[in-house]
Amino acid sequence: MQLVKGEHIVTDRYVRVLDDAPVPDNVPVIVPAARFLADAEEFMAREAPTGVLWPNNRKVSELEPYLDRLALIALVLPSFKDGRAYTQARQLRERYGFRGELRATGDVLRDQFLFMLRSGFDAFEVKKDADAAAFIAAIKRYSVFYQPTDDGHISAFSRRLARARTPVTSAAKVIAR
Amino acid sequence: MYHYDDFDRTLVAERVDEFRDQVARRLSGELSEDEFKPLRLMNGVYLQLHAYMLRIAIPYGTLSSAQLRMLGHVGRRYDRNYGHFTTRQNIQFNWIKLQDLPDAMADLAKVEMHGMQTSGNCVRNITTDQWAGVAADEIEDPRIWAEILRQHSTMHPEFSFLPRKFKIAITASTHDRAAVKVHDIGLRLHRNGAGEVGFEVLVGGGLGRTPYIGKSIKPFLHKRDLLSYIEAILRVYNQFGRRDNIYKARIKILVHELGAEAFAKEVEAEWQLIKDGALALDPAVIADVAARFSYPDYEQLEDSPATLTSALASDPQFKIWFGNAVSNHKVPGYAIVTLSLKPTGGPPGDATAEQMDAIADLADKYSFGEIRVGHEQNLVFPHVPQRDLPALWKAIDAIGVATPNLGTVSDIIACPGLDYCSLANARSIPVAEEITRRFRDHNLARDLGRLHINISGCINACGHHHVGHIGLLGVEKNDQEYYQVSIGGRADEHAELGTLLGPAVPYAEAVDVVEDLVAAYLELRARPDEIFLDTVKRVGVEPFKERVYATR
Amino acid sequence: MTSPLQQKLKVNGPVIITANRLGDGAVVHFTADHRWTTQLDEAAVVTTAPAATELLHAAVADDIGAVGAYVAPVVLGAEGKPAPGNLRERIRVAGPTVALPSHPEF
Repeated sequence: MQLVKGEHIVTDRYVRVLDDAPVPDNVPVIVPAARFLADAEEFMAREAPTGVLWPNNRKVSELEPYLDRLALIALVLPSFKDGRAYTQARQLRERYGFRGELRATGDVLRDQFLFMLRSGFDAFEVKKDADAAAFIAAIKRYSVFYQPTDDGHISAFSRRLARARTPVTSAAKVIAR
Repeated sequence: MYHYDDFDRTLVAERVDEFRDQVARRLSGELSEDEFKPLRLMNGVYLQLHAYMLRIAIPYGTLSSAQLRMLGHVGRRYDRNYGHFTTRQNIQFNWIKLQDLPDAMADLAKVEMHGMQTSGNCVRNITTDQWAGVAADEIEDPRIWAEILRQHSTMHPEFSFLPRKFKIAITASTHDRAAVKVHDIGLRLHRNGAGEVGFEVLVGGGLGRTPYIGKSIKPFLHKRDLLSYIEAILRVYNQFGRRDNIYKARIKILVHELGAEAFAKEVEAEWQLIKDGALALDPAVIADVAARFSYPDYEQLEDSPATLTSALASDPQFKIWFGNAVSNHKVPGYAIVTLSLKPTGGPPGDATAEQMDAIADLADKYSFGEIRVGHEQNLVFPHVPQRDLPALWKAIDAIGVATPNLGTVSDIIACPGLDYCSLANARSIPVAEEITRRFRDHNLARDLGRLHINISGCINACGHHHVGHIGLLGVEKNDQEYYQVSIGGRADEHAELGTLLGPAVPYAEAVDVVEDLVAAYLELRARPDEIFLDTVKRVGVEPFKERVYATR
Repeated sequence: MTSPLQQKLKVNGPVIITANRLGDGAVVHFTADHRWTTQLDEAAVVTTAPAATELLHAAVADDIGAVGAYVAPVVLGAEGKPAPGNLRERIRVAGPTVALPSHPEF
């Protein structure tokens, strides 16, 4: 398993803390949801960054009180066929304005990178090393997107309109039928 | 029809490249079958009994002649010279090889065709009325909305891994030829009290193991809000649809378990948060999509030209076909022509590569180069000048698509069944073929009137048997094929599920049962023009049941 | 012919492992030396659930050779040669029971 962030394989500075294990000081940690919620204020008072591992069958609205202090949220794809985390990611980014690291964990494979990126994920615990190495190639596969998302790509609908409203030059041409 | 721009073409080209890479990684073993299967399904590639099957999308059933020719080419080059048109307005090729698929996809991309999202747990082909854009009773062309939805649902990053498949249909006529009430989302374009055109939204319709008629959750949705509202429905489904049991994973189960009202509330709550965001449809966007639909440059013609009236007077065969296959067009002097893909003794819904080429040529000559595919598995020429009907009839008769059986007992809707499909329990095609043979007398068929027979080879109901006037469902008992018979179903704006008649009958008797039902109908009908469905409605199921089971 | 995709593994007679070849989807069967063959009479025939399970696991593991492997019944003819054991398998081996569409006359 390798961590991809910013399009490159990076070292994971976060420590995954299991349910009962002691939480090390001064180290970025990721804790499971139940543990986090049981001691939320304590976690939020830590100096080192705190992240939470959030299951795909709980509403992300429960995290709302903590979003400005959480450094990282890890969402789960238990199987790549289970697409609930995509909705969670979009809600965290687009509805609640979460700005920290949004990490995809679980069954994270190459053929879903672009969907994940467009849904708001910016870090990926990639199951297969070959997939991690191919991250950049995978996300550059497509240049046209129909849906408006917050990932910086504008939708084809918008691009068409922008083109239609741009003064016609010799290179660009709008064909009205 | 819709004309791709470079954005649309680029997306398809990129998809072809991606799939070529995925196939290579599969063939080399880098991808396991488990990892590859959802990817190939998202391109419409199934594994069936004998071979792979490729399902190609025909968006809202509209084809150009160039596209139909390319389908003929695919059939010839990569398959066994024929294709099968489906109940969702798509086409299937049954003998395709995985190693050939990247090339076949590249060929299809040249004419802006693909298999994207014709399978998998994503939004599928958005279907509509095969007479869209030309029907006299239509409010406006529903295909514009189908195209907007098609684009929005193509490679949607959030909704590509739904609990299960998702099917949307849209109608714009009072008479629903798109079966919207048995779709996951059904959209009905209509006018509200203030004269505005908008959508009624139905959810949770569907056939299969647990059939449901869709529930209306939004009586009137403004055009501006179409995408945001659909997004809200999909989001609720993506979050709460069941993923523990494949047979309970469709949205119809969620709607049923929550109740339509509670479901509608969830959608409304989500929708309120997004309705004024990026998905609000700018009228300029709608106009842009609409502008890329081209319509024929119709001539100014009169109804009932002399060539037509004289042929009707002098040629009884032509007259019979005309009465069966020609429908009113909204433009004077033109007609809608349906081509029957239900030849006597032949498999329903198939066309050979040669027929596809010939039909494409005729479309160029007589229908402004456009063909439609109906969910009843027949083809349509949507714009034929009435003066050309006699010549057209001769031409289509010569290629075997002028059987005057549309809407009759031998115009059967059937799935491929156990002859092809790995999900099937029983065969459907030979049953359909035998029915067409027993009822080959078109005078008798005409006298029987409108009679829709639907045959499914398994509970997945791809033949839509639940909504047939007569529905046959193939089941298996001790390695023998049996058929459950239901009657009284309908798929239109008064959609209803049929009623099961009684114990399943063996394969050898299935067609006899159809004959018994027809005989019972002839005795019971109040008048010659009372159709089978209405007789069932009037007298109930019992008299038919008695007749069928009297000697069984 | 309840679709084998819904079967629980129980063996009530001779069975083979059958699948579709990866590259072209052709019907193939698993041999005793773990190859895939289009010839049904070369298929390994087993008669117990444990033997079938073992063979199935080996077949499924070879997903470069073939895909969608499952246990299919056979009947044994003269000299113990296997023949398809139900209608579904007869159709898989012999092809559709209906004529494929063709229009030789034009």
